[in-house]
Amino acid sequence: MYMIGEIITTLFSKFPLVGAIGAVAIIMAFSYWFANLIGQKRMGSAIAIVISLALAFVAGKTTGGAKGISDVTYFSGFALLGGSMLRDYAIVSTAFGVKLENLKKAGLPGVVSLLIGVAFSFFVGVIIAVALGYNNAVDAATIGAGTVTFIVGPVTGTALGASSEVVALSIAAGVVKSVVTMIITPLIAKSIKLDNPTTAMVYGGLIGTTSGVAGGLAATDSKLVPYGAMTATFYTGLGSLICPSIGYMIVKMFL
Amino acid sequence: MEIYGLGIVAFCMYIGSFAGYFIGKLLGVSGNVGGVGFAMLLLVLLSNYYETKKGGWSERTQNGILLLSALYIPIVVAMAGIQNVVAAFSGGAVAFLAGGIATIGSMLLVPLIGKLDKDETIE
Repeated sequence: MYMIGEIITTLFSKFPLVGAIGAVAIIMAFSYWFANLIGQKRMGSAIAIVISLALAFVAGKTTGGAKGISDVTYFSGFALLGGSMLRDYAIVSTAFGVKLENLKKAGLPGVVSLLIGVAFSFFVGVIIAVALGYNNAVDAATIGAGTVTFIVGPVTGTALGASSEVVALSIAAGVVKSVVTMIITPLIAKSIKLDNPTTAMVYGGLIGTTSGVAGGLAATDSKLVPYGAMTATFYTGLGSLICPSIGYMIVKMFL
Repeated sequence: MEIYGLGIVAFCMYIGSFAGYFIGKLLGVSGNVGGVGFAMLLLVLLSNYYETKKGGWSERTQNGILLLSALYIPIVVAMAGIQNVVAAFSGGAVAFLAGGIATIGSMLLVPLIGKLDKDETIE
């Protein structure tokens, strides 16, 4: 028995990345199964993220470490799979399939909504962060960026050298946004006139979290999904571009 | 070939990140400022250029890029798993307030900006 345990430990320490991929696959399979069960198919990825954050919480409590699941020997591969190198590599690839003519078609309302959307979420996040005691410009900008999306938060945090605690907060803010979007969109669609392609594009540009927008629109009117997703695709890129640069500089002027 | 697709993204990431680190140095911020955004923009321009000039990349090349974008959510799930959530939990109110207020506020802006567009079409 001891020998078998030893071999299993060897497997996890020799192939950490493969182990992490397998573990994430299991988390996602469970999340999508659960999402289907509660009739919210598109919430699968949001649920998987919440489960992962919960596991990181449990791991942090038991190991006392600061790197979540990756502090558990068996799951050290999470640090490779979820590290900034592969994350940025994968994010860049999502720009593939964006058509220049669609970029032009979204036109003025799309561009206006993107700029206002990123700036609005960023500064709401910054103001709330400062109001609750995160007075340091790096912390406030990272939390503000997380309020933009859960990708922009860690990208900004890494660029500015924020602590893992603040990066985790920024991801949590982005996840809250994504989940709230999926739940609230179908409820208030009528009152915000979300019933035609133009407002769907504006909506995608203002909210920006691709999973939230796709999920929320699918629950409202599936015909609107591509229009919202079209502008939402640019949101994370725009946020990654301006939050750690212009955004941070503006925050730094006030703090 | 699939590896070409992976290579194209790698190329975009290096060029974009070069610009990002360069701007970082100019701003006096250590790090990659907007490099991911630049890389995405470069990939949009490259893929659209090939689409119009040469009918786009081959299906296998595209598969390489699509494999990466399919891994994006799982990578984000793994990323969520390596955060210092215990430390974040003490300040959890920030996440809920920031995420919640920003989302609801953004939604209320939808009819405003939608209207702005209609006015301009009439003009």
